[in-house]
Amino acid sequence: MNQRFKPAETFRRDFTFRNSDEAVLRFPFPFPEDSYMYSVNIEPHTPGGPTAAFQAAFDVDEHYVAECAERAIVLEEDPGRCKVLPHMMAAQWDTLELIMESFARDYPQDFSLTKEGTNWVWENRPLGIKQSFVFGDAKTLPCEPFEYITRQAQGDFTLQDQREDNLFVDGGMVTTQADWSLEFNIGMTFHEWHGPVPLAHQLGVFDRALKFLMRLQYGQPVRRLNWTMTINPRLDTSPENYPLWGTDRTTVTPENVAEKVFLRVELQTLFRLPRSNAILFGIRCYLLSVADIARVEKWGKRLHRVLLDLPTELQDYKGLTRYRQTVVDYLAPLDDGAPLPSGIAPGQTAL
Amino acid sequence: MSGADHLPLRVRETEMISPLLKRFVFEAADGGELPPAGAGAHLRLTLEGEGRRWKNAYSIVSAPADRSHLSIIVRRVSPSRGGSAFLHEAVHPGAVVAAHEPGNLFPMSHIARKHLMVSGGIGLTPFLSYLEAIEATGADFELRHFCRDEEIPIFERILSGFDAGRITIHPASAPFDLSQALASQPLGTHLYTCGPEALMGLVLAAARDHGWPASKLHSESFGGAHAGGLPFTAILKKSGLKVAVRDDQTLLEAIEEAGLEPDCLCRGGACGVCLTSVLEGEPDHRDHFLEGAESASNRSIMICVSRAKTQNIVLDL
Ligand code: HEM
Ligand code: FES
Repeated sequence: MNQRFKPAETFRRDFTFRNSDEAVLRFPFPFPEDSYMYSVNIEPHTPGGPTAAFQAAFDVDEHYVAECAERAIVLEEDPGRCKVLPHMMAAQWDTLELIMESFARDYPQDFSLTKEGTNWVWENRPLGIKQSFVFGDAKTLPCEPFEYITRQAQGDFTLQDQREDNLFVDGGMVTTQADWSLEFNIGMTFHEWHGPVPLAHQLGVFDRALKFLMRLQYGQPVRRLNWTMTINPRLDTSPENYPLWGTDRTTVTPENVAEKVFLRVELQTLFRLPRSNAILFGIRCYLLSVADIARVEKWGKRLHRVLLDLPTELQDYKGLTRYRQTVVDYLAPLDDGAPLPSGIAPGQTAL
Repeated sequence: MSGADHLPLRVRETEMISPLLKRFVFEAADGGELPPAGAGAHLRLTLEGEGRRWKNAYSIVSAPADRSHLSIIVRRVSPSRGGSAFLHEAVHPGAVVAAHEPGNLFPMSHIARKHLMVSGGIGLTPFLSYLEAIEATGADFELRHFCRDEEIPIFERILSGFDAGRITIHPASAPFDLSQALASQPLGTHLYTCGPEALMGLVLAAARDHGWPASKLHSESFGGAHAGGLPFTAILKKSGLKVAVRDDQTLLEAIEEAGLEPDCLCRGGACGVCLTSVLEGEPDHRDHFLEGAESASNRSIMICVSRAKTQNIVLDL
């Protein structure tokens, strides 16, 4: 087994998930400024960017093996977390092709793809998988192509069909979500599934974002960052499992806040798929504890400032109301109020 | 999102289908796989003639599943000095041309129960990739193609590989009433049309008259395939620069070429970050950010997508 992965980590019960120093420094910290409000924060998804998390089309980090195992547990309990409507079969193959080719290109030591016409051989060394199959023939895979490949990737994925001047979320693999449900949203339009979000509709954010996405071009993917906070490093904060995690919010104390509260960042990527003309939406989730954030001077101060002034509508929507003040109090002594450079790069190369 | 041509293509072979129609088969210049292209996708070529340059978009006619080559069919049109004449006369096997990655402004519906296609002349080309895709999925379809009487044998030959029972070629000289064809379609049929503007207009109007909803009507227009526009000059007041914006680049790209790095994020007219004050001249707004009044006042411009209607535009940069 490749040394770079930590296969034994858990995201439930005993929560043995930890970030190495390297993982801390590559975290996609979401706040370029001292205050936060919704905007159309979309940029070209080109390799590079302020931390190592932006290097690859689909980032694979030290939690890869453990996250794939966590996904398998969720699917075992609730197979409905992966669902694709029948008209999205071309988009399923587009997704498989895109992820396999990207993985093999970006991580040649871990993945390889060999093709002879439509006879493909896929090798996933971290997960010990070697699969021969016929591209385009779903019967040659153990499950449908979208499920097959997203079981081997970190983060959630949804598929949007484009029709009637709108996007419809007509499929997805959703096991690491921040309190929304694929089963509830499937088949909805862009504005419908964004219905619960406060303020952004009035600001015109969704109108502009949708117009932009309708013209998204093949070969020119884009990305944006979204964030919330989670108690314990729990990936599956789904509405279906609310009884398991909802009450965690009441357990935060000044003593445990630094270890128990995590900033949860989604590196969201959007790809126009070539044959189906659908859009693949990747929602790659990163967790970093408040204690680890405080180890990066710029980030600790900035998180303090953002949380201090966060509009109440956003606090309520993101479910931070009960413990935001505890986090602010923990970070306050670390913030001298000195101006911080804009941008999200950590500003230091070691911890 | 640069306007760069990422994709060098080598002409593998050409074939004169008729005196006016020439098929080009391209492969990747580096011998590798080509990017996938869906049914209805087009290829934008940059053609470098002597002292002239054209950016023309052509429907891809090869099978969407195949990544070994991409084919197009080019009709030679007047003026005789245009891009199509250049392709007919000066582009031979072995030549390398620059292309943009395939785009698709005319995708097939994935929820249609049946695909009804109506084309005219060279407007058949996107439907050749539709037919390839349909062959792979077994979907129900009907194709009605209109062409000049003398070209009937040519189009018969082009279509000879497909299910002739569902394809009708109509001579332009014979009267034809589309109403009947429209009235007899099963529920869930989608209508696609591509060809001369007049034909597309007639087809769409007839469908609307028959109560077809807009969501089931699709027509090809290459309008959006060209991101550029007329060239103009941007005068940057603060930095004292005069920047020539070419037809095939954005204002932002031209400013970046001149060495400045103005603030920007999405490069697609949505985020608002590149908002710039206009001191003189009239912007050609193409963004989604500025609201009605703001846009109408012409005092601001989103430099990542918008251009100028006037020959010169003076910016506060
Ligand atoms: C096209 C793929 C997309 C999908 C499937 C998607 C899905 C979602 C979902 C399910 C939610 C949670 C809504 C709830 O509370 O139930 C959400 C929230 C949100 N989305 Fe999207 N979204 C997409 C693209 C975008 C884009 C392009 C933007 C750009 C502005 C955007 C902005 C937001 C914002 C601001 C929120 C609120 C997040 C928060 O405060 O935690 N979304 N999205
Ligand atoms: S860079 Fe986003 S609107 Fe111009």
